[in-house]
Amino acid sequence: MTPARADTLLKSSHLLGIEALSVGEITALLDLADTYVALSRSASKKTDLLKGRTLINLFFEPSTRTQSSFELAGKRLGADVLNMAVRTSSVSKGETLIDTATTLNAMRPDILVVRHQDSGAAELLSRKLDCCVVNAGDGSHEHPTQALLDALTIRRRGRKFEGLVVAICGDVLHSRVARSNLHLLLKMGARVRLVAPRTLLPGDAERFGVEVFHDMKKGLEGVDVVMMLRLQLERMTGAFVPSTREYFRFYGLDADKLKAAKPGALVMHPGPMNRGVEIDSAVADDIEVSVIQEQVEMGVAIRMAVLDALSRGLAREGRNAP
Amino acid sequence: MTKRVAFRNARLIDPAAKLDVKGGLLVENGRIADVGARLFNDADANDPEIIDCKGMVLAPGLIDMRVFTGEPGSEHRETLESASLAAAAGGVTTIVVMPNTDPVIDEPSLVDFIRRRAQATAKVRVLPMAALTKNLGGEVMTEIGLLTEAGAVAFGDGDRTISNTRVLRRALSYAATFGVLVIGHAEDPDLSQGASVTEGEFAMRLGLPAAPAAAEAIIVERDIRLVEMTGVRYHFGQISTRASLDAIAAAKQRGLPITCGVAAHNLALNELDVGAYLTFMKVKPPLRSEADRAAMLEGVGSGLIDVIVSGHDPQAADTKRQPFAQAAFGAVGLETLLPVALGLVHDGGASLSHVLQTLTAAPARILQRNSGTLAKGAPADLVLIDTNDAFTVREGDLRSRARNTPFEGRSFHGRAHKTFVGGECVFERRAKR
Repeated sequence: MTPARADTLLKSSHLLGIEALSVGEITALLDLADTYVALSRSASKKTDLLKGRTLINLFFEPSTRTQSSFELAGKRLGADVLNMAVRTSSVSKGETLIDTATTLNAMRPDILVVRHQDSGAAELLSRKLDCCVVNAGDGSHEHPTQALLDALTIRRRGRKFEGLVVAICGDVLHSRVARSNLHLLLKMGARVRLVAPRTLLPGDAERFGVEVFHDMKKGLEGVDVVMMLRLQLERMTGAFVPSTREYFRFYGLDADKLKAAKPGALVMHPGPMNRGVEIDSAVADDIEVSVIQEQVEMGVAIRMAVLDALSRGLAREGRNAP
Repeated sequence: MTKRVAFRNARLIDPAAKLDVKGGLLVENGRIADVGARLFNDADANDPEIIDCKGMVLAPGLIDMRVFTGEPGSEHRETLESASLAAAAGGVTTIVVMPNTDPVIDEPSLVDFIRRRAQATAKVRVLPMAALTKNLGGEVMTEIGLLTEAGAVAFGDGDRTISNTRVLRRALSYAATFGVLVIGHAEDPDLSQGASVTEGEFAMRLGLPAAPAAAEAIIVERDIRLVEMTGVRYHFGQISTRASLDAIAAAKQRGLPITCGVAAHNLALNELDVGAYLTFMKVKPPLRSEADRAAMLEGVGSGLIDVIVSGHDPQAADTKRQPFAQAAFGAVGLETLLPVALGLVHDGGASLSHVLQTLTAAPARILQRNSGTLAKGAPADLVLIDTNDAFTVREGDLRSRARNTPFEGRSFHGRAHKTFVGGECVFERRAKR
């Protein structure tokens, strides 16, 4: 394991989750990301900060938006980016995750971005690889860059985290986005509510220090931010909820339910959206309330900030020397 | 114009209010407007229609939480209308109808169908229950929220036990989200597969396929654990063994939101009544040992068993006129529910007020209805009971479309004399010829 580096932005050489981050680290990443928002909006979006560095996007689950976001972030910072979709290659040939890790290690990447269907996969890889590992979503565990980009979106909309009331609605049970956001928001002093049917909530949800609601209107009463979660298709048809029409009726965000929230409340969704399942198009497309497009923009900036922060450690250590 | 009906000279019994007095009751526009010992003592009310109760018991109409009909799908067995006629004759003013029809009541539109059909044809109030899993398949939960909005009062798969514990856990958890009532059937489907009676010496003599009595308690104990996990309001539709009762007693002691019912036939009959392969005695739960029957009587007496139900399950003659193992399960019971229950009073097992509570206030509380009481403002669903009416059950006298009563030829003491729903008389017993 890499020793802690007190003088750099992040203590760890990996970004595996929000749970291990301090308030200072989160704030520093958000501050850094602000500068990349500005850069990304300028005509010349590129720097050579990661020139010569190799970034591998290792995705065991298909993901268009997260993968392209990391790819773009890497390229804007001047790194060489390699995308590997593992579902179609090694796994089908019987290779274990450790095998894949050893193989990749031999290619000497500087940063590995990994998305995997199993919780803890990023952690396992970080122990086996010599490079920085960024968790781009592991099972139902964490998706740290999503929570960071959500926080950046909220902050840039002028909201203060202290005392902010945020409702996270939908499939909390299976959601890594929910867990990462939960950790981040609570660390930053916000109050979190979970809104979902009992089947989509972990058994002891209250123990996280959140309020739990089964009635969406009550759950949204007076909130500053509504974060919707995506309901996976395989969970819509009987196992956890009986049908999409019932889910939409009771847990889909529509204008009527949104009325319960504070006027001017922000509506967020990590995407891709199931319109008419967890969110009504009229709300999703309402630029007065929906910041869903902004979230995508902030995603690139946050990922640039994360790659930047992690690479500072690399440079000092002079890794990848023969 | 206000429509008023005055009942005078009655023995008013309202278990919900612990009331048992001589007096009168006033109905206005289908609701109880006044009730009390001094009401109409002087017969001074001149404008309303007056009904002289002649000292008979005037009680809230019975609420039967377990009624199967054949509508939709097998109307030759029973329709909502014919079931309601049998109910009215039995003093039953509200029936909860099971979802085990063809098609199964697992869709909001079908709940709506039952409600509309009942409104158009039935003489008593009909409360539809909806399936907990689609097509009673035990695999996919139903749209509990939408079904509740459509008017389903409870959820369950009728006479089927959901064997997949994972499915049941999620369904109960989801039901708890909406605070709805689940009514479960406790009978391990694997242990009781192919069985037609309860296991024991008598079943062995008859050589009939039998299931152990424990098949019930096994599910009762499992479901109690799931109630503990999910917090759902849970009612065991019919229990029939001491072991089940013991488990439920312990669960209630722990404060779990659990209630239970017993079928009239499990109170009045035991395994020996099967006699010479009488298929009308083939029922669910099966008739049990005398010890288990005694436990049920005790349970009603102690209040551990919350409600008595008819378990009314009409079967056509052709499905009963079969070798025992092949015959259908089920017995009609709407018209014998009250007489069987009154038997407990005659045998000294419970007071009249207590027995009536299991048929009125208790089911109303479990179903969260405002009926089942004589309180002011409650719907005027009433039964006038002649406790001295001695009679013998003759299948030819039954109003039900099916005649499969296990009480044929048995004599009872006391039954409904008149029945009112919303203040309207829906049944009146004619004088004996």
